[in-house]
Amino acid sequence: MSTTDNQLPLWEVFIQSKSGTPHKHAGSIHASDKNMALENARDIYTRRGEGRNIWVVLSDQIAASKTEDEAEFFDPADDKVYRHPTFYKVPEGVKHM
Amino acid sequence: MKTAEEKLKDFDAYIESEEKIEPKDWMPDEYRKTMIRQLSQHAHSEVIGMQPEGNWVLRAPSLRAKKILLAKIQDEGGHGLYLYSAAETLGISRDEMIAQLHSGKAKYSSIFNYPALTWADIGAIGWLVDGAAIVNQISLQRTSYGPYSRAMIRICKEESFHQRQGYEIMTTMMNGTAAQKEMAQDAMNRWWWPSLMMFGPPDNESAHTKQSMQWKIKRESNDVLRQRFIDKTVDQAHFIGLTVPDKNMKFNETTQHWDISPIDWEEFKQVIDGNGPCNHKRLSHHIKVHNEGKWVREAALAFSKNQQQNKATLFTN
Repeated sequence: MSTTDNQLPLWEVFIQSKSGTPHKHAGSIHASDKNMALENARDIYTRRGEGRNIWVVLSDQIAASKTEDEAEFFDPADDKVYRHPTFYKVPEGVKHM
Repeated sequence: MKTAEEKLKDFDAYIESEEKIEPKDWMPDEYRKTMIRQLSQHAHSEVIGMQPEGNWVLRAPSLRAKKILLAKIQDEGGHGLYLYSAAETLGISRDEMIAQLHSGKAKYSSIFNYPALTWADIGAIGWLVDGAAIVNQISLQRTSYGPYSRAMIRICKEESFHQRQGYEIMTTMMNGTAAQKEMAQDAMNRWWWPSLMMFGPPDNESAHTKQSMQWKIKRESNDVLRQRFIDKTVDQAHFIGLTVPDKNMKFNETTQHWDISPIDWEEFKQVIDGNGPCNHKRLSHHIKVHNEGKWVREAALAFSKNQQQNKATLFTN
């Protein structure tokens, strides 16, 4: 946080909409601590029952890969077709595999 | 390493293929600047827009109406915050945006410089002002900047209640006494033209449209969106017996659109330049509340620091 900024630290908000589903990024909010962050996230992002659980994490704690490096970064997976089930031949007549 | 020119070429191709730009992606400075300007202006509009309606919370005619109005105002605050967050992903701080609003460098929609004089104005604001905003925002759901697009999708979901509650107020008044009808018509007369101006200057005079369309920041031009709003709204007005305050307006059988009289752009310029009925009031109120809240932010930070030192925050054990 810069010294001129008195708008409180920035947090990223992740919301789980239903039991069993993953938390999804909803946006961000400003808050002075975890408790305020959770309450602000609730008031800003779940006014219509959009969530049953919220995670908040300080924005400067998140590391992200770069979209412009997408090709090289994900390259290791590109030539491994044997990771997919369709790569394999199964004798005709074999069921439930 | 790619040259700036190659990067720009890649960027343009990426936009052309309908991909979304995300915060950490490379983007031209001009794209970033335009996006910050548009996002902050949009955010400020949501927040300043709470004021004309806030004026009526304590005078709402029923408990039902009061609860609805409060929920709507709370939504507008929320929408402002989604948009500030989206703007912050581009590297501008919340403080900087607020400072720009206070200094007059950043604008907000000129519509909020008109006063909400009667209860019918609350109807007209929901129906016409939010209605116009929705037409614009539906189009912006497809904007090329990811965080802006996602905020627009969320906002559009929430806004349709705003427009309906406004239309319900107008309908109720048009089914009421002669005085109530007159009040509704008076609100219509005062809000119609400013609502049309919300879409911005005509295409041939709009300073930003061309580049913004090219970068898919804007997806449709001011005039296209304005006409869409007019066509929807004129029928809604007639349906409940309201007259559109434009004697020369007529339906064009060839184009299948309503043709309206020329818009008074001089009024628009005057209001944008600070000479509208409420410019001073809106801004000075925002500045006052912001300054009065300073100690609260400072206290919250001091409390948080204190808690960390004591290692006793509520959510650790």
